[in-house]
Amino acid sequence: MSDTAAQPRDDETEDPPDADESVAAETDGPTDTDGPAAGPVSTGAESVVAALEAAGAETAFGVQGGAIMPVYDALYDSSIRHVTMAHEQGAAHAADAYGVVAGEPGLCLATSGPGATNLVTGIADADMDSDAMLALTGQVPTEFVGNDAFQETDTVGVTRPITKHNYFANGADTVGDTVGEAFELARAGRPGPTLVDLPKDVTQDETDETPGPATPPAGTDPDPNADPDAVEEAARAIEEAERPVCLFGGGVIKADASDAARTFARTYGVPVTTTMPGIGSFPEDDELCLSWAGMHGTGYANMAITHTDCLIAVGTRFDDRLTGGIDTFAPEAEVVHVDIDPAEISKNVYADYPLIGDAGRVLDQLTAAVREAPDAEAWRERCSEWKETYPLTYATPDDEPLKPQFVVEAFDEATADDTIVTTGVGQHQMWASQFWTYSEPRTWVSSHGLGTMGYGVPAAVGARVAADNMGEPDRDVVCFDGDGSFLMTMQELSVAVREDLDVTIAVLNNEYIGMVRQWQDAFYEGRHMASDYTWMPEFDKLAEAFGALGLRVDDYDEVAPAVEEALDYDGPAVIDFHVDPEENVLPMVPSGGANGKFATAEDQL
Amino acid sequence: MSDDSPDSRAATDGGAPEADSRPMPSEQPGPAERDHPEGRRNLEGIRIDPVLEAEHESRRAVISALVEDEPGVLARVSGLVSRRQFNIESLTVGPTTVDGHSRITMVVEETDPGIDQIEKQMAKLKPVISVGEVAGDAVTSELVLLKVEADDPAAVHAVSEMYDGRTVDAGPETITVELTGDNARIDNAIGAFERFGIVEIARTGPTALARGNTPTAPGEKPGTAGEPTTHDD
Repeated sequence: MSDTAAQPRDDETEDPPDADESVAAETDGPTDTDGPAAGPVSTGAESVVAALEAAGAETAFGVQGGAIMPVYDALYDSSIRHVTMAHEQGAAHAADAYGVVAGEPGLCLATSGPGATNLVTGIADADMDSDAMLALTGQVPTEFVGNDAFQETDTVGVTRPITKHNYFANGADTVGDTVGEAFELARAGRPGPTLVDLPKDVTQDETDETPGPATPPAGTDPDPNADPDAVEEAARAIEEAERPVCLFGGGVIKADASDAARTFARTYGVPVTTTMPGIGSFPEDDELCLSWAGMHGTGYANMAITHTDCLIAVGTRFDDRLTGGIDTFAPEAEVVHVDIDPAEISKNVYADYPLIGDAGRVLDQLTAAVREAPDAEAWRERCSEWKETYPLTYATPDDEPLKPQFVVEAFDEATADDTIVTTGVGQHQMWASQFWTYSEPRTWVSSHGLGTMGYGVPAAVGARVAADNMGEPDRDVVCFDGDGSFLMTMQELSVAVREDLDVTIAVLNNEYIGMVRQWQDAFYEGRHMASDYTWMPEFDKLAEAFGALGLRVDDYDEVAPAVEEALDYDGPAVIDFHVDPEENVLPMVPSGGANGKFATAEDQL
Repeated sequence: MSDDSPDSRAATDGGAPEADSRPMPSEQPGPAERDHPEGRRNLEGIRIDPVLEAEHESRRAVISALVEDEPGVLARVSGLVSRRQFNIESLTVGPTTVDGHSRITMVVEETDPGIDQIEKQMAKLKPVISVGEVAGDAVTSELVLLKVEADDPAAVHAVSEMYDGRTVDAGPETITVELTGDNARIDNAIGAFERFGIVEIARTGPTALARGNTPTAPGEKPGTAGEPTTHDD
């Protein structure tokens, strides 16, 4: 929200009398601090940037604007790469996805007022998915705060419920330490977004206080090991189980515990389900894997979590899209619940064996503590039968249009296992998760808890930048998007073109807000109120207008050539796949229903 | 997940791909054809015997928290309470004798799992130093200011004495009395004053301290809420 050209008042009113001095101050201030983590600074803004550099931040996504200008000015001389986004929401999603892929906190910047409020959706998204992210927002000068000044919003107030913690910077001398602490807090314990609101006077003021080494606040970086006695008790329960199943959540991926998870499940022959954020924690082509459970999860995963007598749940918060109705969720299971956040224990599902700690460390503890594998041969056999009985399939009649699932499979076939998939939210997201075989963590990048339409394109930008930073320019980044989702954030395509980012965007265009249409057909007597999107632009031509490669596909025989052309194209490509508007996502557990009663046909809903 | 290869069904003649040999969703057994377990969980996610189902009763609990006295701490606590739909009766806050530390006392009406959640969610707030339920035998007290009509000053004075009250303002038309005590005592006193006609009332809500050496908020370290308690010299 760049405002300065149109609003000279902004700069006229807020600069402190000594602004010129502070801008002109020499950077060779005192350097006699002992072993600082950051270099010498002369302003609050320089302290902010020094703290970010010292914390290891390499990339920032943001949009310029009046109140954040001092920080941007300090970034001018920084090693941190700044990626200008078209909209602040895009900056937040890109930072979020960057963090998911890189395993480091993402960083986004915005100015005060509308800049900050535009970040809100992305911050809330990161909060729901426990993604580490730091948001820095400009704020009107301290003396104007509370006066309803131009572009003033109570950013700390607005973002309080959607951050792990947020800060109002109250002086140039301490702002660097605050930013460093916020960055560390974002990734400490259970990750999540943090925010520092930066009044313009604080960033403009002179200071020679170099930020010290950043640490998270006391008490926020918990013991990674679970209580050994509790581990022993859980191990006994696992040994005695007859129908054990693992449920690996997003926490397994965040804790980089995929190896520990694989070792545990394979050592003891425990079948594995995942949550949707847990996709990639366990290879879906493994014999033990039943893929993900929940509303649109596989029938076999839902059968397994319904009939298990011992659910080993790691890094999951038992979201309602996973559990369905609580009364029928794993109703005969003793629950072993591993989580780093004690507040998740017994929040939604009672934990018979609570294990509070880091997913990887506790899984290692469990692997060591279990003395013999549970006697589960018959159970594994039953799980295999469910896989045979309820495969994820779809019909492809000659007289019906191109099926979206076929497009997902075609991309999966054409790309390597380390390909990163990003999505928007809706039917296309479900097909992308169902019909792609994931095998590695941090390759599935989606909006789970908040369900943010429009996440896909900016997430692809963030994922691409992260992969490039990690020295993996040959990894493919594929964004599956819906027509509705794409229309919400497609302006970020301009960023991909400007930065020459090699991403492929597959719009599964069914000219509907498809998931809503599906629910209207199932639960609202087919009354398609506001879900009909026949007014969509021609996305291939729009892509060309942005400077990207634009393709359109209507038939099966065009799919493979278009996929190949788009993947081969060195830069952003968009394929507008016109798919069957009537296709539904199945199986489906109706909201609040029993997972074991998933519908495999529309008339069962 | 699916181990099929799209190539195996890829079209070569421009039409739809070959049919998948595995059962289509519509051919798979429907919900009515599957086994379903008998067990159930209650609304708190606890496995129950459906025959003997017993829901948790909610109860009144006093939660005490030591917090860093920084801007917004009260907003963080009250925002948490409202966002997670905890039933709260009162909330009081005041400084301790340790610089920068305040004590928040909350009275809530919740089930046991609900009380557990309040404590755990509060503990996650950065400014919260320690938090927990105050033991049932703790000393609790609240203050009320009661303004009643002054038609019969002698009777007002007599009732006030019964409850160890103190007259803090007396005018030709109203008398204001200050009372302290636990919740039940205050409720009783208000009942007794109603006959005079209560003009205005202000209650602080209870505040509480554990008895003896027990810390009020579990995990509370000596010296975090008051002067260090050693008196060796």
